[in-house]
Amino acid sequence: MGKNSIRVLAVASGGGHWEQLMLLRPTLSRYDIRFATTEPAMAAQHGIADADRLPDCNQNRPVRSAICGLVALRVVLKHRPDVIVSTGAAPGFFCILAGRLIGARTLWIDSVANGEELSMCGKLSKRFAHECWTQWEHLAGEDNPRYFGAVL
Amino acid sequence: MIIVTVGMQLGFDRLIAAMDALAPGLAMPVIAQTGKGLYRPQNMEVREKIAPAEFEALVERCSLIVSHAGIGTVLTAARFGKPILVMPRRADRGEHRNDHQLATVDKFAGRPGILVAADESELAPRIAEGLALKDWSAARSSTARQLHEALAAFIESRPL
Repeated sequence: MGKNSIRVLAVASGGGHWEQLMLLRPTLSRYDIRFATTEPAMAAQHGIADADRLPDCNQNRPVRSAICGLVALRVVLKHRPDVIVSTGAAPGFFCILAGRLIGARTLWIDSVANGEELSMCGKLSKRFAHECWTQWEHLAGEDNPRYFGAVL
Repeated sequence: MIIVTVGMQLGFDRLIAAMDALAPGLAMPVIAQTGKGLYRPQNMEVREKIAPAEFEALVERCSLIVSHAGIGTVLTAARFGKPILVMPRRADRGEHRNDHQLATVDKFAGRPGILVAADESELAPRIAEGLALKDWSAARSSTARQLHEALAAFIESRPL
């Protein structure tokens, strides 16, 4: 499979999560890249007109989280990516879970904002994603999360 | 032009008041996004909130960003290749729930284009340094290069 034909779904919620994904864009753009976010208007501002919308959710909103999980599954089934990458938060984690169902390889990059401990979804990703990376060297564990640098 | 921003969620009057005192000596317009702060600046153009699109347009035009140590603003500055001076909020002053902004500044001090003022007394010299970085371009740090390389390796199923 040529590089350009590797299909990648990149997912981030609005705000700092999305900023971090955009800083990784020069590398992501080498592949067949699709984006999903909670704030498509923000994506449009970056010239990404066709980002899929995911409902925002967090662990305190169980019903909304369930809906978000279903929408994430629909988005993943629509694109059938080879690889799913998320810089957070919960909606990105749901895409990673959905990705496991279709055999995608999945990568969680915990937000650089989490310098004291891994986010809750980051901790879950240690089990459920193929790779879980922290952007803080001192948070790296023996097996995971692994540390390979930071967006800044 | 200098943009001062404290984010949308909380005020940060200690930073806003200190920048208001410095603004007359800066020889350029200063625009302050003050959030929920109570201090009323006299020497800066004041906006409680700035919509994201307009904020980005201002960042594109500015010479320096002065900000609380919020990761979102640091990331925006990095994307536009603008120098940013951050001053951390402190929990003991009621400026945030915890001191995670202190950890943030520890981590980012010394990265290309990122300056730190531990408190308001350090703002003036750091602003001068930040403005002197005029030809600073968004040099990718070594940690960022590492992360991009690892990401490409993961996507291409190469060994990490």
